[in-house]
Amino acid sequence: MAINEILNLILRILTVAIAVSAPYLFAAIGEMFSQKSGVLNLGVEGIMMLGAFVAFYFAWAYESILLGIILAVFVGALMGLLMSFVSVTLKAKQGISGIGLYMFGWGVAGTLFRLFIGGVEDIAGLPNLHLGFLSELPILGKLLFSHNILVYLAFLLVPISWYVLYKTSWGLKVRAVGSTPRAADTMGTNVNKIRYQCVILGSMLAALGGAYLSVAQANMFANDLVAGRGFIAVALVYFGRWKPFGILKGAMLFSIANGFQRWYQISGSTFPYEVTVIFPYLLIIIVLALSHEKFAEPTALTVPYDREFKG
Amino acid sequence: MDKIKSLEMVNITKKFPGVIANKDVHLKVESGEVLALLGENGAGKTTLMNILYGLYHPNSGRILINDQEVKIDSPKKALDLGIGMVHQHFMLVPSLTVTENVALGIKFKSKFSMDLDNVAQKIKLLSKKHDLNIDSSLLISDLSVGERQKVEIIKALYFNANILVLDEPTAALTPQETDDLIKWLRSVIKEGMGVIFISHKLNEVMNVSDRVEVLRNGKNVFSTPISKTNINQLARKMAGHDVELPTVERKNKFGNTIIELENVWAKNERGLDALRGVNLTIRKGEILGIAGVSGNGQKELAESITGLQKIYKGDIRFKGESIANKSVQSIIDKGMGYIPEDRLHMGTIPGFKVKENLILKDYLRSPFSKIFLLDRTYIKDYCKSTVDEYDVRCPNINTPTHALSGGNIQKLILSRELKREPDALVASYPIRGVDIAAVQYIHEKLLEARDNDMGILLITEELDELINLSDRIAVIYEDQILDVIDTAEADKSKLGLLMAGIKEGSR
Ligand SMILES: Nc1ncnc2c1ncn2[C@@H]1O[C@H](COP(=O)(O)OP(=O)(O)OP(=O)(O)O)[C@@H](O)[C@H]1O
Ligand SMILES: [Mg+2]
Repeated sequence: MAINEILNLILRILTVAIAVSAPYLFAAIGEMFSQKSGVLNLGVEGIMMLGAFVAFYFAWAYESILLGIILAVFVGALMGLLMSFVSVTLKAKQGISGIGLYMFGWGVAGTLFRLFIGGVEDIAGLPNLHLGFLSELPILGKLLFSHNILVYLAFLLVPISWYVLYKTSWGLKVRAVGSTPRAADTMGTNVNKIRYQCVILGSMLAALGGAYLSVAQANMFANDLVAGRGFIAVALVYFGRWKPFGILKGAMLFSIANGFQRWYQISGSTFPYEVTVIFPYLLIIIVLALSHEKFAEPTALTVPYDREFKG
Repeated sequence: MDKIKSLEMVNITKKFPGVIANKDVHLKVESGEVLALLGENGAGKTTLMNILYGLYHPNSGRILINDQEVKIDSPKKALDLGIGMVHQHFMLVPSLTVTENVALGIKFKSKFSMDLDNVAQKIKLLSKKHDLNIDSSLLISDLSVGERQKVEIIKALYFNANILVLDEPTAALTPQETDDLIKWLRSVIKEGMGVIFISHKLNEVMNVSDRVEVLRNGKNVFSTPISKTNINQLARKMAGHDVELPTVERKNKFGNTIIELENVWAKNERGLDALRGVNLTIRKGEILGIAGVSGNGQKELAESITGLQKIYKGDIRFKGESIANKSVQSIIDKGMGYIPEDRLHMGTIPGFKVKENLILKDYLRSPFSKIFLLDRTYIKDYCKSTVDEYDVRCPNINTPTHALSGGNIQKLILSRELKREPDALVASYPIRGVDIAAVQYIHEKLLEARDNDMGILLITEELDELINLSDRIAVIYEDQILDVIDTAEADKSKLGLLMAGIKEGSR
C-alpha cells in the first residue's frame, strides 16, 4: 500500500470510529451514573432495543426523527423507573432484575416491531451537519466536522457528566451514595432518591443510545440491531474506571479496534474472521486486567440500602 | 429552630426481630452539661442514639426539645435541629476528602456549582478555633482513627450542633488523643453545648460527666449526678451484680519458646518500613504485652505473625518452624489464634450469621463437616453452647453478625479463637469497646488460656490492662522494640516514658 492509501485508511477508520462510538458513550455514561450511585443496571441492552424501536417507529410513521428520539428517551425513563422500583424500593437482586429488564425490552421491541412494522423499512436518518468552512477543512473537516448532531451531543456529554459528578453537590451525593450510603444518609442525603434519579437518567441515556442506532446509524430497525452494544457499554464503565473520560477512551479504543478489524475482514485476508472479531474484545479485557486504581469501584455497588440495618 | 436548651426522650420503645432494644426509655440532657449514657454491650445505647438521630424509627415514644415535641424522622431533621453525632462506627465516605464529606450536608445556593473553597476555609477556621488540626484536602482513607474522629467532630460543629452525641468516642483513641478530646469537651460545654457521652471506660466517665444514666437490657435502671456515685457502683448497676477485675497471680515458671521473631523487617501499605529489625520471643504459658502508642508498628507486628503481612527480611518461628511469609491458612492450621484490631471487617464477615462466623476457621474439619457436608446438628449445638458459655448476647445464632452490638461482636471473635484452643494467640486490643463486666470476663479467659500453656501476644494501649495481665512487657516505638521489661519492674510512669521513646540511662 502506498503511504497515501494508509493515511486514507486511517482517516476512514477514525471517522467511522467517532460516529459509531456515540451510542456507546450515551449508554456507558448513563450506566456510569447508575453504578456510581450503587445500582448495577444490566438491562441497558433491553432499554437500547426499545429505545431504538420507539425512535424508529415514530420517525418512520410520523416522519419526525425528533419526535422519535424524544419518545424513545421518555420510554427509557419509564424503564429506568421500573428498574429502580424493583431494585431500590423492593431491593431485588440487581443482577437478576437487570437481566429481566433486558429480556423485557428485547421482547417488547421485537413484538411491537412485528405488529406495527413487520418488514424491512428504512428512513432517511439523521442528517450530517454541515458546519460551514469547518466541514470544508482538509482532513479535519471530514474527521470532526461532518457528523450528525447526536455525535456532538455524545462527546459533549463527557465533560458535562464529569462536571456534574465532580463539581456539583448532586454529583457529590451520587459518589457518596454509591460507596457509603449510610454515611450519606447521616448527612441528610436521601439515598434512594439519588439512586432513582441516577437509574432513570442512565436509562434515558441508554434509550438515546438505542435511538441513535436506528435513526442515525442504521436508519432501519431489526431485531438484532443493538447486537450486544448494551453489554459492551456495561463493560466500558468498568474499563473507564467509572470516570467519564475513562469511558471516552474505552469507547474510542473499542470503536477503532472494531473499525480496524472490519477493514481487515474485507481486505481479502484469509485469516478466519471469527478470530479477528474477537480482537476488540480481547483488547478491552487486557486493558481491564492491567488497570487497577484505588477507589475506582463504587463499594456499595449492587447493595440495596436499608436504614435500620447496620452494615 | 432556637438553640436547644433541653432535650428529652420519653418512653422510647424500639423492637428488633427477637430483641427489645429499648423499652420505655427516658433520658434528658441540658445545654452545658455532659450526660454519660452507660450500659453493658447490647444494653441499647447506640439504638437509643440512632433514634435520636432519626436513623431508627421507634415503635413508640416522644422526643421533646425545649419542652416541645419534635418529630425526627431522618438524620436531616436531626441535623437541622442542631443534633450532631459521632457514631460508634464512623460515618465518613473514605473515597472523598474531608471537605467533600462536610459538603455532603450543605445545601449550596447554586445547583450547578459547589463553593468548596469556602467550605475548606470554614473548616480551617473551625479546626483552628477548636485545636483540631486537620488538613481538609486529605482523603478520609488516608487518615488515622483519631483524625477521622476529629473530622466527625468538625462535621457536627460545622452544622452548628448544640447537642452532641459521642458514641464511644475514646474506644480507639490513644491516651494522648483521649486527653485532648476531654479537654476539648470541657471547652465546648462552657459555651453551652449539651453532650451525651457513651463510654465503657468508667474513669473517663467519672472525669467528664455531670450526670449518669444507666441502661440494662434496654431499660433505665439508674440515674444520678456524678458526685453521688463511684466506679464500683456504676459497674454494679450496669451488670446487675458485683464486678471485680481478676487478681492475677504472678507466674514465674514458663515453658519453652513458642514464637520467635528474629530481625523482622516489614513494610506498610504505603511502602515505608513499619517493622525495623524486631526481635521478640514468646514462651508457652506467658502473656507478652506490647506497649506503645498505636501506629508504631503494632498492626504490622500482629499481621506478620499471623501471615497477613509479608516480611522482607528476618525470620519468624512458631513451634520451631519458620512461618515467615507462609499462608494464613497454614499458620492457622499450625495452631495460631488471632483477635484482629478491626473486629467488624477483619474479625468477622458482617453479613454472615453468628453461627457461620463462629465456625469460620473450622467448618472444613471434622466434626464440623463429615466428608464434604456440614454437620448441621453438631454446628448448632456447638454454637449454642459457645454463645452461652461466652455470654455473646444475640437474639439467636442465625442473626446476621452486623446486627450485634459492638461489644458482642468482640466476644464472638474471642470465643471463636479461644474455643479452638490454639497454641498461641495474637490479641490486638481485645477489650476495645467492651463493657466492664466483659472486660473482666475476657481477662479471666485470657489468663485461663495462659495457665493452660497458651503463649499470648497482647497488644493494647491500656496501661492497666498491660500491667495486670502481662508477664513481660515489650515497648514498641517507631517500628522497633525499644525494651522488654519484667512486669514486676514496670510501672506506669516508666512505661509512659518508654512509649514516648525515652529510654532511661541511654543516650
Ligand atoms: N439493626 C439492628 N437489627 C437487629 N438488631 C439490632 C439492630 N441494632 C441493634 N440491634 C440489637 O439491639 C440490641 C441493642 O444494641 P445496641 O447496639 O444499641 O447496644 P449498645 O448498648 O450500643 O452496645 P455496645 O456497648 O456493645 O455498643 C442488641 O441486642 C442488638 O443485637
Ligand atoms: Mg453501641
